[in-house]
Amino acid sequence: MNEKFVLEVNGRAHRVETDPRRSLLEVLREDLKLTGTKYGCGEGQCRACTVLLDGRPAVSCLTPVQAAAGKTIVTIEGLARDGALHPVQKAFADEGAMQCGYCTPGMLLNAVALLDRNPRPSDSQIVDALNGNLCRCCGYPRILAAVRRAASGVQRAG
Amino acid sequence: MSTQEYAVLGTRPVRHDGADKVTGRAIYGADIHLAGLLQGAILRSPHAHARIVRIDTRRAEALPGVKAVVTAADLAVSQDRIVDLGEGDTPLSYLRGNVLASGKVLYKGHAVAAVAAASLHVAEEAASLIDVEYEPLPCVLTTLDAMREDAPILHDGLRTTEFGEKTGRVSNVAEHFRHELGDVSAGFAEADVVVEHEFRTATVHQGYIEPHTATVLWNNDGRILVWCSTQGAFVVRDVTACILDVPVSRVKVTPLEIGGGFGGKIPVYLEPVAALLSKKSGRPVKITMTRRDVFEGTGPTPGSVIRVKMGARKDGRIVAAQAWMAYEAGAYPGAMVGPGAMCVFAAYDIANVVVDGFDVVVNKPSTAAYRAPGATNAAFATESVVDELAEKLGLDPLEFRLKNAAREGTRRADGPKYPRIGCVEVIEAMKNHPHYSAPLEGPNRGRGVAIGFWFNAGLPSSCTLSVNADGSVNLVEGSTDIGGTRTSVAMQAAEVLGIGAEDVRPEVADTDSVGFTAVTGGSRVTFATGWAAYEAAQDVVRQMKERAAKLWETDAASVTLDHGVFRSGDRSMTFRDLAARLGETGGPVTGRGAVNPRSAGGSFSGCIADVQVDPETGKVDVLRFTAVQDAGKAIHPAYVEGQMQGGSAQGIGWALNEEYHMSPDGAMQNASLLDYRMPTALDLPMIDTVIVEVPNPIHPFGVRGVGEANIVPPPATLANAIYHATGVRLRSLPMNPPAVAEAIWSKEG
Repeated sequence: MNEKFVLEVNGRAHRVETDPRRSLLEVLREDLKLTGTKYGCGEGQCRACTVLLDGRPAVSCLTPVQAAAGKTIVTIEGLARDGALHPVQKAFADEGAMQCGYCTPGMLLNAVALLDRNPRPSDSQIVDALNGNLCRCCGYPRILAAVRRAASGVQRAG
Repeated sequence: MSTQEYAVLGTRPVRHDGADKVTGRAIYGADIHLAGLLQGAILRSPHAHARIVRIDTRRAEALPGVKAVVTAADLAVSQDRIVDLGEGDTPLSYLRGNVLASGKVLYKGHAVAAVAAASLHVAEEAASLIDVEYEPLPCVLTTLDAMREDAPILHDGLRTTEFGEKTGRVSNVAEHFRHELGDVSAGFAEADVVVEHEFRTATVHQGYIEPHTATVLWNNDGRILVWCSTQGAFVVRDVTACILDVPVSRVKVTPLEIGGGFGGKIPVYLEPVAALLSKKSGRPVKITMTRRDVFEGTGPTPGSVIRVKMGARKDGRIVAAQAWMAYEAGAYPGAMVGPGAMCVFAAYDIANVVVDGFDVVVNKPSTAAYRAPGATNAAFATESVVDELAEKLGLDPLEFRLKNAAREGTRRADGPKYPRIGCVEVIEAMKNHPHYSAPLEGPNRGRGVAIGFWFNAGLPSSCTLSVNADGSVNLVEGSTDIGGTRTSVAMQAAEVLGIGAEDVRPEVADTDSVGFTAVTGGSRVTFATGWAAYEAAQDVVRQMKERAAKLWETDAASVTLDHGVFRSGDRSMTFRDLAARLGETGGPVTGRGAVNPRSAGGSFSGCIADVQVDPETGKVDVLRFTAVQDAGKAIHPAYVEGQMQGGSAQGIGWALNEEYHMSPDGAMQNASLLDYRMPTALDLPMIDTVIVEVPNPIHPFGVRGVGEANIVPPPATLANAIYHATGVRLRSLPMNPPAVAEAIWSKEG
C-alpha cells in the first residue's frame, strides 16, 4: 500500500507517495532523479549509496524510505553551495582522488560526516571512517590524502 | 630513462572529468532516464547444467504492468559465424547463447528469459512467474574434472582443436596448444638444480563497484539506440548487431561513464536482451544487474591448474622451463590460457621451453578478461619456482632474476622477439629501492619479490580535433575512460599543438560520432588512442601551417611550430592568434587521426612486499608494499601511479582472500560483497610506486600501457614473502588464513 511522505533532501521538501518499504536509494534515484547516489550491491557492503541522515552516514540501499522521512537528508548533489564546491569536494578534485569515480559520492559524504564531527582526524581515524567504503580501482591512497588535505583546509579556515 | 623535454607530458593537470565526479553530475550507465522508460528483469537458471524442456511465459505476460517477455526463441536465427571482438574471435552462437540460453543452461545464473514492466518490482515478480521445466544434468566445476574421459559434456558439438587442427574428439577441452623453443630435454639434462610443482588459483571476479546496466530503445524507424556502461562501445554495437542480425549502422551506442571494468565490461550481456524487450514493448527498456547477477551471470576470470618445471645451472643460468597450464573457460570456450601461456616465462631469457595450454569448459559463468588476463595465474607459478631455484642456488632472488632477465632480442617461446623492453631496468629499480635493503626484524616476518609481464594490445583507435576560434581545441575519441585516459589522451594532443592540457577538451563520443575504436583494454588507450590524438594533432599542425603561410604569403614548408608559436622568417603568431584567423583563411580546421598498431611494446613490473604472518590464525598482514613498473613515458604520472596502486591492491586481494566458493551442485555460495571480500582501506598498506621509463620504440612519445602488468606479480610476491616469514610455500590461491594456518600446522607435523 502506498503512503505519503515528505522527504527533506538537500534543504528542499519533496512529497512522495510510495510503498514505505522501498529503499531510500531507489526513491532518490527513480522518483527524485537524484542519480548522484549510486547502487553498488544493495546489501550495505560497498557504501557507494551513502547519504547523510541527520548528519550521519547511512547506506540508502538498506534504508526504507519511511525511516528517512522526517530526517534531514543530504546527498552528493547537496554538498556544493551556490555553485561553489564543498571543501571536501575541492580536495577530492585537486588530489585526483578517483579513477572511475563511482565510489566517490559515498566516500565524499563519509568524509564530510567525519570532518563535521572531528575536524582534525588522525590518519587512523580517517581510515576507520572510510574503511567500509569499497574502491576497487584503488584510489584509497589518494582518497585518504584528499581527506587529509580537506582536514588541513578546514583547520586553516577555522 | 626518458631524456626528451616536454611541456605537457609528465605533468599532473587536474582531470577534465573531476568536477562532474565530485558533484554527482557525471552520468553513469544506470543514470540515464528516458520518457516512457520500462524496467527489465532477467530470469536466471537455478541449475548449473540442465536441459530446458519447456518455457511457459503465459503467467508472466498476464501480470498487470508487464509489457514484454522474451526468451531465446525471440532471437534471430542466423548462420553461425566468427565475430571479431578485437581482443579475440568468438563464434556468434556462443555470444548469443550466453545472453539468452537456448536448449541448455550451462551455469547457475545463465540468463533464460527477460521481462519488461512499468516498475522493477513488477518485472521481478513477472520473471518469477515464468515456468521453466528443466531436466537437470550432472555438472562439472573444475578443469581437472572436466578433462576426464567420463566427464559430463557441456557442448555436444565442441570438438577439441589440437595443435591448431580440429580433431573429431568431443570433449570439454576446446583447445590444446603448445609453444616450443629449443630442446627442453637437453636443457634439463644440463641443469644442476630442477624445481617442479603444481599450482592452483581460484576463480576470482573483477569486482567493479558499478554493476552492468543497459538502456535500449528500438525505435520505430528500425534504429537501435543503446546507452550503457562498457569498456567498448564499438564491441557492444557490433555484438548487438550480430546477435539481432541487423546492420551495424542501425545500432548507435552511447557509452556513459563507467564505474570500473578491469576487463569484465568487455563482454555483452544485457544490450541485445533489452533491445528485444524494447522491440516487443515499443518503449525504451533499462536492465541493471544486481550484485548477485554480477557474480553469477558475468565473467569472472579463470581459475587454473599450472605445473611448472624449471632447471638452472650452478652458475645461475636458467637452462630449461616447462609449463602445463589448464584454465577454466567457464561455460563457453575462451579461457585466458592463450595470454597466460605467452606470459608464463616471458620475463626470462631461456633457450629451451615447452608450454602446453588447455582451454577447458566447465559449468561456471563464461570467464572474461581481468587485468593482464591469464598472466597473474602463470606468474604465481613461475615466480614461486624461480624463488625456490634462487634459494637452492644460494643466489639473491633479484640477482638471479637479473642474470636471466629477458632483454632486447630475447625470443619468447610463442614466437615474438623482444624489441627494446624494460625488464632489466625494472629489476634494477627494485634492487636499488630502499625497501629491498631495509631491515626487516621480528618473528614471523618475511620479504618477497616477484616480477611480471603483460604484452599489451595495439588495435584500432580514432580521434578528431576541432580548433575553436579562441584557441581551445575539442577532442573527440572513442575510448571509454576508466582511469583518467581522457586527460592522458588530451595531453598528447596538447603537447603536439604547444597548448595547455586544459585547452584541449576531451569527449568520449558515441559510435556514430567517432571512427572505430577498439576496447578500453589491453592497456591500450593512452598508447593507441593517445597515438591517434598525436596523429590528429599533427594533421591540425599541417593545416595551420598552411593557414599561416597563406597569411604571410609564404611557403607552408617554411613555417615551424615550437611551443605553441608558428614562425616563418621573422614573423610569428601564437596558436591562439592563428586560431582566431581560420575563418578568413579557408574555414574551420579539423584534424583526424586513426591508427591500428599491430603490437604495443609490453610492460614489465615488479613488487617487493613485507608480510607478518600470525602462526596461530594464519592471517597475513602486508606491512609494506612497493610496486615498480615500466611506463615507457609516463604521460600523467599520478594516473600511472594510480594504475600501479590499483593493480597491486587487486593482486593482494586475489592473493589473500578472493575466490568463488562453489557448492558441489555448482552454486556460488558467496555471491555478495559481504562474503566475496575485496580489500578495504584498512586491509592495505601504503603502496609505494616507482615509475621506470624505458621509451617504447614504436610510440611517438615512447608510451607503454600501464593498466595491467601491475597485477601480475603481487600473488607470487606475497607467496614468497609468506615463505620467508614461515618456511612454508603455499602453492594454491587464495592464501587465506585457514590455508596458511593449515600449511604451517602440517609443516610442524
